Amino acid sequence: MPEDKKVDIVGRGNVEGANLFRDWFAELGEAARNNQGAAYVFVMGSMAEILKVFDFPLVLPEITSLQTAVRRVADEYLTIAEDYGYSPDICGYVKADIGIHLRERKHPMGAIPKPALTVLTNACNTYVKWAEIWERMYNIPVFVLDVPATRQAGKQFLVGSSDFTRDCKYVEAQIRELIALCENITGKKFDIDRLRETMAYANDMNIGWARVLELNKSRPSLFNALTDGTVYLGVSNNFRGTKEGSAFFKNLVEEMEYKAEHGIGTQTDEKYRLAFVGVPCYPIFRRFNEMFAEWGGAFVHSTYLHFASGGANLGFEYDVNRPIESLAEGTLISVREAMDNMFHQDRVLIDMVRDYELDGVIYHPIKSCRTVSTGLADGRRAMMAATDTPSLFIESDMMDKRVVSEAQMKNRADAFFEGLASRRLTAAKTA
Amino acid sequence: MTLRLFDKWQDQSLDGIIAECRELVEDADFPTVKRWREAGGKVLGHFQVYFPEEIAHAAGILPLKMRGAPVECMHSDSHFGSYLCSIIKTSLELALSKKVELDLFVTHPICDAARNLAAVWGRNFEYPCQILYLPQNANSAASSTYLREEYKRVQADIEAITGKKVTEAALNNSLAVFNENRRLLRQLYELKRKQPWLLSVYEAYVLMNVGGMIQREEHNEMLKAVIPLIEARPVKRHDKIRVVFEGGFCEQPPLDLIRAISQSCYVVDDDLLIGLRWILEDVSLEGDPLFNLAEAYLEKSSYSPVQHDSRKPKEKMLLQRIADSDAEAAIITAAKMCEPGLEEQVAYTKALDKKGIPYFVSEFEESMTSFDHMEIQLETFTENILFG
Repeated sequence: MPEDKKVDIVGRGNVEGANLFRDWFAELGEAARNNQGAAYVFVMGSMAEILKVFDFPLVLPEITSLQTAVRRVADEYLTIAEDYGYSPDICGYVKADIGIHLRERKHPMGAIPKPALTVLTNACNTYVKWAEIWERMYNIPVFVLDVPATRQAGKQFLVGSSDFTRDCKYVEAQIRELIALCENITGKKFDIDRLRETMAYANDMNIGWARVLELNKSRPSLFNALTDGTVYLGVSNNFRGTKEGSAFFKNLVEEMEYKAEHGIGTQTDEKYRLAFVGVPCYPIFRRFNEMFAEWGGAFVHSTYLHFASGGANLGFEYDVNRPIESLAEGTLISVREAMDNMFHQDRVLIDMVRDYELDGVIYHPIKSCRTVSTGLADGRRAMMAATDTPSLFIESDMMDKRVVSEAQMKNRADAFFEGLASRRLTAAKTA
Repeated sequence: MTLRLFDKWQDQSLDGIIAECRELVEDADFPTVKRWREAGGKVLGHFQVYFPEEIAHAAGILPLKMRGAPVECMHSDSHFGSYLCSIIKTSLELALSKKVELDLFVTHPICDAARNLAAVWGRNFEYPCQILYLPQNANSAASSTYLREEYKRVQADIEAITGKKVTEAALNNSLAVFNENRRLLRQLYELKRKQPWLLSVYEAYVLMNVGGMIQREEHNEMLKAVIPLIEARPVKRHDKIRVVFEGGFCEQPPLDLIRAISQSCYVVDDDLLIGLRWILEDVSLEGDPLFNLAEAYLEKSSYSPVQHDSRKPKEKMLLQRIADSDAEAAIITAAKMCEPGLEEQVAYTKALDKKGIPYFVSEFEESMTSFDHMEIQLETFTENILFG
């Protein structure tokens, strides 16, 4: 590879990711102008593989909502929803989205097309309530793809077991029903070869994502799991099953392998390797990371990169020779994985501490999301008992600035690092 | 039935029976469960909203509805963060403080907080803690078959605990017992609907609630004795408005709040402990009992914010409930921090606005002890309708 080309690789993922994100919004704006109905979907089980066969533009409202917080205008949308009657205590993503719809789908980044249908899994129960809101607003079909996940900790149904096969049959039956629904809405016949194509691209993305996450075991870590990771996650979700998404992840793997080979880390002088647990604090996204980076804290991994990718971290490869059966299997395994990373995050973290050589775990439970946050306090106890790894537990929100106290978070973070430094000193003396 | 878990109601007047039921409902030591355990019985704790108790019953294990309690969360508080409903904390408290000892715990995917409970409980107890994955796609042609297999799976887990195989005959027997229970509860509710002066919502509530912590045969016996007493009650009708109460499907309002509401108006229908009345008709005793039970959950059931079914849009179902019970208004509540309840409140109020049906909106928490403010507001609301 020519020298100048090599230099261009570093940071390429972030640049390409940002460009793709703008392209996605441009596509949505075009769909809105043409009055084309979109498929409203969610990050945990978007079923993009099927929906792309029918050429639906995909709107991911978790992403359009979080962008209002990143752009520091979420409070306007939250207020609109609360004035309409929604409680301050429900999910901020939902409320911001309601605000967008009540503003006729005008988003800070452009116009959003109205929905023709919504497809969701049960990975988050709030998805269901959210979809019901659109159902009322737009009189559209709501398709809930039930994915029965892990019943009991440590007792996942193994692939090939009768329990797994049974669950898979249920998912497959529903996928066929989804296909029939899409044919009905679009008037297009289902093209199985196009499904093979979208699944092949999704394979590239799954494999790529798993590889990129694995590469971050490097010392120093190659990307910031919180800030950079969110960019990559955006592409993983918004471009799932597309040529662009496939190319992005191939490029990203190339970039990370290059960085690993040359020992190129992030801009943080990595002193402490951390995992982030929960959903990012979008209202103060950059500043949150800085509170840790200032101390040399580098986020090398995050459960967010697992569950918010819909379980793509497993790197599941579809068998395109039996596409629908394999899609059912992959959906079951991946969406189950996403749920395990939320409910049984203690087990995931015990492995992460070891594999990524973590110095600490940062828990960020949020008011808006009970799916992710309910089990964190208890999970933390289990994680600490099993690994003796220091952790910090700071509550705020992913959308609502009213429950984000930057000063308090900073104090807590500072105290945490002082503790880490002291622990390291003691360990050095003992050694 | 050789073992009686709850016999204090026997030979009592109607008011005496209601008082005993209230006492049992409020007793956070769950004496009926203790009595069962002392006799060598095993206990399956099931979280809200609905659990197919017939399967537990057929296996000889006592199904105990975990619906929170008026307890201080001395142990469970540190297991949860903020911004969460109370019922998940108090239910865990009952187990951590050993007020209730279980052999199996089952939760359901009713909401995002409840779905975490299998993991939370599983980290704190040795006995199996699991999710029974009731379908959220009630509209799939495959759902009944799926659910039948899921019931079979839970049955196998229960059998592993009891060491006893569940036969089809035992299941059908249990279906018959629970069919009778639901018939009796429907009778109770019909009385409340047609002649609400004979039975207040608070009284109906305590009579119903005890069913979740005793053997169903006992509950049937009690209800059969109580219903004629209610019918013969020498109580005059008062000038109160007829309302539907909505929002009691999971975390329960404090008893004193329910009592306060019943003093202001006639609650002619409600969704309090709807899981005990989820199935609306008898489950068939012909054919495969597990399939029949699964099908009944999907096809012959009530509605709730925690179940998605495109045939049962919640606001439409609420309007139907209001019409069927000849109610004039609605009390629309939600437990604090209850995501599905709080979201549904908006759909309900918008639908009621469209129909011009008056409503009163509120939130509650199971541990509330003071309702003066709410009582005054409710009184004003009901008077406005009566005299407006």
